[in-house]
Amino acid sequence: MAVRDYIRERFFPHIWCPGCGHGIVLNGLVRAVDHLGLKKNDIVMVSGIGCSSRIAGYLDFHTLHTIHGRALAFAIGVKMSRPDLTLLVPMGDGDALSIGGNHFIHACRRNIDMTAIVMNNRVYGMTGGQFSPLSGHGTMATTAPYSNIDQEFDVVTLATAAGATFVARATAYHVQQLPDILEEAIRHKGFSVVEVMTPCPTYFGRKNKEGSVVKMMDNLKTGTTPIGSKAKQENPSLIERGIFVKKEMPEYCAEYQKIIERAMKGM
Amino acid sequence: MAKLKLKTHVINREWCKGCGICVHFCPKKVLELDEFEKVVAARPQDCICCKLCELRCPDLAIEVQTEQD
Ligand SMILES: Cc1ncc(C[n+]2csc(CCOP(=O)(O)OP(=O)(O)O)c2C)c(N)n1
Ligand code: SF4
Ligand code: SF4
Ligand code: SF4
Ligand SMILES: [Mg+2]
Repeated sequence: MAVRDYIRERFFPHIWCPGCGHGIVLNGLVRAVDHLGLKKNDIVMVSGIGCSSRIAGYLDFHTLHTIHGRALAFAIGVKMSRPDLTLLVPMGDGDALSIGGNHFIHACRRNIDMTAIVMNNRVYGMTGGQFSPLSGHGTMATTAPYSNIDQEFDVVTLATAAGATFVARATAYHVQQLPDILEEAIRHKGFSVVEVMTPCPTYFGRKNKEGSVVKMMDNLKTGTTPIGSKAKQENPSLIERGIFVKKEMPEYCAEYQKIIERAMKGM
Repeated sequence: MAKLKLKTHVINREWCKGCGICVHFCPKKVLELDEFEKVVAARPQDCICCKLCELRCPDLAIEVQTEQD
């Protein structure tokens, strides 16, 4: 496939640090879109602010680079006015779950047809390594020099409880599954959440003495396991990856169309 | 499916940032970083065309072209 058909080459090499996992998400996403055979003109990518959110600038779809934490609010506006378009909403972990946490849970609840991708590097990369709601207890950050006492959210459990109808977790190491999961999420008619665990070697890696990005990628390999594996029973600390939820529920734009029709009849 | 046969590794030296991900995780140890910290295919004859390097590169800097592509 020709990756170049989907990117804005004039902005390359991109701004991300050497080894930044956000680039691997971009790589996997391009392959998912190519495999789906979607036209670039039928895709709208909406992002907020963060290293992760810069992904929108590099992809040759319709793109909106909006404000921190509010990507989903903008995306919902686009989708409500043009339900025929495919909406992709990449977000950072801080973006999606600190400042954008409220938008996130309500978008899950409404089941509006779009794909939210949480590029989870467990840190505020762009602003210099502050801890995020996904950093987790005992991690180090510039704002937690003696270690973080906040517990982390589990994106999968949170999205499931909030009502998302497709919920999955992937990693930047497992690059054969990443495009497949993204493809299935985009295909799903309803609100899809895909958490992608990605390394930020510059801040999370350095602060937590994880070593090189190669070591961080290795940790994604050894620290995760497919859903329901035997390894998980033996070692409960392993993080599961795969598709956790996939169910049919009334979709928001379709329901709204029914309301419009009902109202028109009443006139 | 027939075994894939390597044509060439297309490496974009302008884009490669020398992170070493492709080098380390290549199952056949085909790749190396040169003195400029850019990737080179040092042992192309060992390549099995799994394309893991291409899929894992955060910088879209390496492409594995096969005779079948
Ligand atoms: C309203 C608002 N608050 C705060 C900021 C500062 N800010 C920019 S990016 C960011 C967090 C980035 O972290 P994350 O969303 O995890 O993305 P990453 O850079 O790690 O990919 C913050 C707090 C902002 N731009 N706008
Ligand atoms: S600071 Fe972290 S998240 Fe931002 S580009 Fe660098 S490695 Fe990526
Ligand atoms: S295609 Fe596979 S074997 Fe060949 S260089 Fe890339 S990772 Fe190594
Ligand atoms: S993964 Fe990409 S950027 Fe990193 S060393 Fe290999 S070709 Fe260069
Ligand atoms: Mg982050």
